[in-house]
Amino acid sequence: MARTIIPFGPQHPVLPEPVHLDLVVEDERVVEARPSIGFVHRGLERLAEVKDYVEFVYVAERICGICSFIHGQSYCQAIETLMKVSIPPRAQYLRTIWGELSRLHSHLLWLGLMADAMGFESLFMHSWRVREKVLNIIEATTGGRVIFGACKIGGVRRDLDAETLRTLGGQLDDIEREAREITRVFINDNSVKDRLCGVGVLGRREAYELGCVGPMLRASGVPQDLRLSGYAAYGDLVLEPVTRSEGDSYARCAVRCDEIFQSIDLIRQALSRLPGGDIAVKVAGNPDGEVVVRAEQPRGEVVYYIKANATKHVQRFRVRTPTFANLPAMLKVLQGCDLADVPILVLTIDPCISCTER
Amino acid sequence: MSRLALKWAFKRPATCRYPAEPRRIIPGSRGQLMFDADSCVFCTVCAKKCPTGALSVSRSPKKWSIDRLLCISCGYCVEACPKKSLELTASHGSPAVTKDREFHEAPAPKPAAR
Repeated sequence: MARTIIPFGPQHPVLPEPVHLDLVVEDERVVEARPSIGFVHRGLERLAEVKDYVEFVYVAERICGICSFIHGQSYCQAIETLMKVSIPPRAQYLRTIWGELSRLHSHLLWLGLMADAMGFESLFMHSWRVREKVLNIIEATTGGRVIFGACKIGGVRRDLDAETLRTLGGQLDDIEREAREITRVFINDNSVKDRLCGVGVLGRREAYELGCVGPMLRASGVPQDLRLSGYAAYGDLVLEPVTRSEGDSYARCAVRCDEIFQSIDLIRQALSRLPGGDIAVKVAGNPDGEVVVRAEQPRGEVVYYIKANATKHVQRFRVRTPTFANLPAMLKVLQGCDLADVPILVLTIDPCISCTER
Repeated sequence: MSRLALKWAFKRPATCRYPAEPRRIIPGSRGQLMFDADSCVFCTVCAKKCPTGALSVSRSPKKWSIDRLLCISCGYCVEACPKKSLELTASHGSPAVTKDREFHEAPAPKPAAR
């Protein structure tokens, strides 16, 4: 059978963002996938050398539209480490709460996209209906729906008042109940299982060697989660990484389903232990030196590198995003798959191309 | 899935008929920037803090202006304003449709008492 090349993307119904794959196919089987990226490069790393390091929190948040808060948080953590600033415990807890709300809405968004890729439109609508409730909490507590704008160097910009703290528990119960109804379909429904089980199997060793991160790695049985390193307030909270051993698309879906409830649990833990006191400290001077900061985003581990030279501009800013780390694994699982499974496999890494290209 | 579908078949839709039915305003949301010319002293702090350069202030003549298309409603100017002349409303207001800047001038001084 002669080989044919089928272009996939950059505009494709399954892709929320542009990435191009040249799929080399023999009959209906994919032999090789050749990626090309660079459609949404915005030069944000270069912008750090022009913008004031305080103002750059806003740009860091805009690296990604979904894990925006954790980008801003990681940038602030990096600058705070350079400037030897320790932020108040209440700010650490608030960052943890908003970080988990961000994970919650990202996973619900992904579940919706996955249902849409499978052609399960009603499940897609229900996932996004629940996500809307999370977005409402985020909007009421931070002022923004997707770009939170709540993090700043030295702490956070907003506090949770007593009224919000009182009602947040009930809202979380509501979200948990509705998320259970939806995830039950993802876990138990036969049509979902038929579409996902055994598709794109990635073994534990392969996942580790290809440098996978986040749910992609945990679905192959590696219990790696950066939150265990104890940044922000995670050191005070009880956290067990969600893992599965199958390594297929169904396992990746199941890991994200379970992480929704893990996030709700972490928010509850953080709310019950929320300390009083200030939410920010005053920061003076300019950062100097080099730092590497790692954090767990909904899609996996993000690495921030900053080099500063005691001026108000950062000398070098570099981000290694989780999607970039998961791309080699995506190409690996695409080898030998059916052409019809390509949208599912591309989506199981939860691709965020804007993050990757910055 | 059938249980979920059946449950929602007899409920009102989760969405609203926007724009015929306005969206519920969530208190605490960062909406549109409002300016009060009466209390402003035209100190230019807001323009210096603005990360996108949407604000510009001149001391003489006393003028404050905003490019609504550049404003990202971050609220840095609101936090920095010493006279509390700026405020972010929870409502997003009507969208900007032209590239014109919106100008506000200082109110005319009151005649001196004799």
